[in-house]
Amino acid sequence: MSFLKKSPWVLHYAATSCNGCDIELLACLTPLYDVERFGIVNTGNPKHADIFLVTGSVNEESRKVVENLYAQMPDPKVVVAIGACALSGGIFRDAYNVYGGIDQVLPVDVYVPGCAARPEAIIDGVVRALAILEERARERKTQRKLVTS
Amino acid sequence: MTTSYSWTLAVGFLVFGPVLGALLAGIDRRLTARMQSRRGPPLLQPVYDVLKLFEKDTLVVTRLQTLYLWGFLFFMVISGFILFLGSDLLLSLFALTVSGIFLCLAAYATNSPYSNIGSSRELMLMMAYEPMLIMVPLGFFLVADSFRVSDIVAGEPWQVLQLSGILIGFLFVLTIKLRKSPFDLSSSHHGHQELVKGITTDLSGSDLALVEIGHWYENTILLAWLYLFFAPLGVVWALPIALVLFFAEVLIDNTHARLTWTSTLKGTWSVTALFGVTNLMLLPLIA
Repeated sequence: MSFLKKSPWVLHYAATSCNGCDIELLACLTPLYDVERFGIVNTGNPKHADIFLVTGSVNEESRKVVENLYAQMPDPKVVVAIGACALSGGIFRDAYNVYGGIDQVLPVDVYVPGCAARPEAIIDGVVRALAILEERARERKTQRKLVTS
Repeated sequence: MTTSYSWTLAVGFLVFGPVLGALLAGIDRRLTARMQSRRGPPLLQPVYDVLKLFEKDTLVVTRLQTLYLWGFLFFMVISGFILFLGSDLLLSLFALTVSGIFLCLAAYATNSPYSNIGSSRELMLMMAYEPMLIMVPLGFFLVADSFRVSDIVAGEPWQVLQLSGILIGFLFVLTIKLRKSPFDLSSSHHGHQELVKGITTDLSGSDLALVEIGHWYENTILLAWLYLFFAPLGVVWALPIALVLFFAEVLIDNTHARLTWTSTLKGTWSVTALFGVTNLMLLPLIA
């Protein structure tokens, strides 16, 4: 069994979202939902993070930050896109300045829909991400064995 | 006190020290959660965290960082080993300080601005708490006529009353040593702020796990220091008192906002002078 499932540390970045999803995401940490009981910690440091939670439709400015943060996270890692804007650009889809969806710049593993995404949906998305994370950890282990042998 | 007994204790520390330290950290997180009316993580959450970190990749900024971190862990273990062996308390303190310096070196080596700020602040904190920390063995020496831990444990039950000023000063710097708010200047438990993670910002994977294990040892060592004040009362009294005082730090952590380094330095040195130095000067009169 992988311990990644018992202690997923998340990194949250708002790639030009309206902050609706961000507030719902932070609500997960409040006493009502208290995700820390599952060992989930909101870390502000990409080098400590396992799950990358991104909200908002990416634009040129935030693309650099998103890519940089993703590159700094050590493997195994997963990306969760939260909210309509992060999925497809949402109502900003036709705007000239947005890329429309996180998957335009990063490989997204889990999509959490909603405008704004509900805390329950976000927690559900993270739980789905955990299964993928565990799979990645297994792959990474075999990769390491191949490198050393 | 037989030598075989003290060797058992010291080897016991090597094996069970981190277990106890992890449990203390787990209870700490749980208590914090309860104070914020949350349920909180499982008791063994710190252990899960470290086991997870070993599964992650380690990003190496410089090869030196791992060497320094092993130095941090090694001297931490040495410090506790000397302490639990019933040997020289002063030597144990010096090893503890060296271990702290190694952590700063590791953070400086990684060269990130956040870890640089973190280690600068950590050095500042060391400057703040070291005078008080050194006064603890001095006080024990004046009371028990020996720096040896075994002699201090076998001391008079009222030594804690004679050292009450030094105890207050020690409790004050314990907050700094445990990196609790209001003194969590160098490395915060909550990463999403101006300092990111301070000292540990650039450490990941197994390197971060080493830091965590070092902190578990440190928890046990600091609890043992606290225990030392009450040790002559016997385990039945001393251990509960030490544990209550140890977890009182959680309450302080949750009720105070972070201070600036200037007010930390001024505050700590004022407390050191007011309680520590005064207690030391009065000791020859009352002992």
